[in-house]
Amino acid sequence: MGDHHHGPATGVTRWLFTTNHKDIGTMYLWFSFAMFLLGGFFAMVIRAELFQPGMQLVEPGFFNQMTTLHGLIMVFGAIMPSFVGLANWLIPMMIGAPDMALPRMNNWSFWILPPAFLMLASTLFMEGGAPAFGWTFYAPLSTTYAAPSVTFFIFAIHILGVSSIMGSINIIATVMNMRAPGMTYMKMPMFVWTWLITAFLLVAVMPVLAGAVTMMLMDIHFGTSFFSAAGGGDPVLFQHIFWFFGHPEVYIIILPAFGVVSQIIPAFSRKPLFGYASMVYATASIAFLSFIVWAHHMYTVGMPLAGELFFMYATMLIAVPTGVKVFNWITTMWRGSLTFETPMLFCIGFLVLFTLGGFTGLMLSIAPADFQYHDTYFVVAHFHYVMVAGAVFSMTAAIYYWLPKWCGRMYSESMGKTHFWISFIGFNITFFPQHFVGLAGMPRRIPDYALQFADFNMMSSIGAFIYGASQLLFLYNVVATIVAGKPVSEEKVWDGAEGLEWTVATPAPYHTFEEPPAVPKPVGTF
Amino acid sequence: MSGLRLSKVPATDTALKLLAVAVLMFSFVFVVMVPLYNVLCDALGINGKTSGQAYTSVPVSVDTSRKVTVQFVAINNDGMPWTFAPDDRVMRVHPGAATGTMFHAVNPTNANMVAQAIPSISPSRAAAFFHKTECFCFDQQALASNATVDMPLQFIVDQELPGDIHTITLSYTLFDITDSVQDGLAAL
Repeated sequence: MGDHHHGPATGVTRWLFTTNHKDIGTMYLWFSFAMFLLGGFFAMVIRAELFQPGMQLVEPGFFNQMTTLHGLIMVFGAIMPSFVGLANWLIPMMIGAPDMALPRMNNWSFWILPPAFLMLASTLFMEGGAPAFGWTFYAPLSTTYAAPSVTFFIFAIHILGVSSIMGSINIIATVMNMRAPGMTYMKMPMFVWTWLITAFLLVAVMPVLAGAVTMMLMDIHFGTSFFSAAGGGDPVLFQHIFWFFGHPEVYIIILPAFGVVSQIIPAFSRKPLFGYASMVYATASIAFLSFIVWAHHMYTVGMPLAGELFFMYATMLIAVPTGVKVFNWITTMWRGSLTFETPMLFCIGFLVLFTLGGFTGLMLSIAPADFQYHDTYFVVAHFHYVMVAGAVFSMTAAIYYWLPKWCGRMYSESMGKTHFWISFIGFNITFFPQHFVGLAGMPRRIPDYALQFADFNMMSSIGAFIYGASQLLFLYNVVATIVAGKPVSEEKVWDGAEGLEWTVATPAPYHTFEEPPAVPKPVGTF
Repeated sequence: MSGLRLSKVPATDTALKLLAVAVLMFSFVFVVMVPLYNVLCDALGINGKTSGQAYTSVPVSVDTSRKVTVQFVAINNDGMPWTFAPDDRVMRVHPGAATGTMFHAVNPTNANMVAQAIPSISPSRAAAFFHKTECFCFDQQALASNATVDMPLQFIVDQELPGDIHTITLSYTLFDITDSVQDGLAAL
């Protein structure tokens, strides 16, 4: 074991061959940020085209490619890998493990991602263009009527699915097998809990997505008819399979975000998390419910009344455990000695905006009302409130919160707060008006719209440019911190922070907890 | 890994079990989800799917107390050049009475072609009560260049049809499946 005490290798091979959870976490985070900028650039193209009614900048076909790639890259390239990166960095440090359980597989699960996204992005330059059927790739639009590049898209989905499955197997094995003595399940930090449950969701549903794209592949190339009515198949079957994956997928995205918020709010409230056990059970309930609500994405396909009612009530039920979580976060802040550093600002922003997104979700869950909202900008507004203000805001909070621990330097607080306020205002200018145009009937995924929607769309576009630009400030702040931030050396960078990761030196050494630490008291208590 | 850990199980055991779960879920899509969906649609008549098998009638009396309107719709799928139409567009039938009609198809092209008609019932609730004893949709239709065919349909509307359904629409969509069935052409 003596050879474990050296530092990192030098040069590019350090990154290519590394099995160190911190190196791999860092690579995941930088990769996902690059994808965030690429997906964000596609969003800017979309908003620029929609700045005014009429066809302005791009062809309708290219516009569809932009909406498709924006969704795919943000979901699979930006949000999911960013939380995997966070898990890599933090889970071993939070449970007192020296590394992930399967370090070589960890290296693989990262390094197959960049080729997958390179392949997906390269479809833009292929004959017929990139996939243009929306990130949900409904058949037969994605089979019979797709550009030839769809085969590359299918392969890319297969690879990133394999990457996700390997990553989540690794996380489960780490949490189940590598905990330090005394770190019982009910003492684990909430971030570890939410990731453990997320990883189980991933292992269960990423293979379903792989099955769906495999069926597409066979329909396109091998003469099967899973989704083709001519051969006895059914296009609606595709939607069932896709959303059987797709609904757990949205919780895969949001549960780690819940975990992050459950770490940060107690730290800046200087109080333990309120209702730890209920948080664990609420997370598990949400994960369970996510498997029985998928058809609320497809109320309009012509389901029997009994089906509509079942999926409506099951969906509404999710509001209960989610409400428990929001209640606990607010109660954690209640009578705490609050301070409002950047991570806390992003968490409060999360709390307010995610709850708004939850309410619009409740509106959408009402089957008879959904026929009006279905496939309109109201849906776009809803899922950006939960995806961006939910997942991305909490991810941003996580970076500001743990960055000083990772690199031993403090970010610029004033720049961080500026980033927050520009993000918060820009985000709301972008997406709040989309509720109104959606309710008034503006469909999603169209390059042109009726004149009555012009003003709100211009507002939306201006907000999007503001929000997009604020991310460059974030990038600058992070780089400036790593290069020339004010050094910090206290182990507990934040005075209210609790957990094993704050007991190691700052910056976190290359190897931590090679000898398991003592776990003195339940994490999160004072 | 050095030192004491809480768990005594090697991590590779956990990983292999999880890998088995992933493989199981992948097979689940093909082995369970697809067949289950088809069985449910057949059994419940969801999606207006009618049975692909000829119905064997049970001897029952004709319900002469009411009549049901049956409408026939014939649609060509994208790029299908055939002429395809029902001989009767609307029929009024008693539930329980065996009724017959014809559909007419012409292949106006210079190529031998094979087609498949896919039925769908509206309202979908009626699908379980609409029995076809003979239907051209049970088979593929191979038609030589410029040939014509009259295709029979025999059906019975079930006496158990809910009383609030007064009109049933049977729609056929005709698909060109020449490329995928080359054997059918050899028979011409």
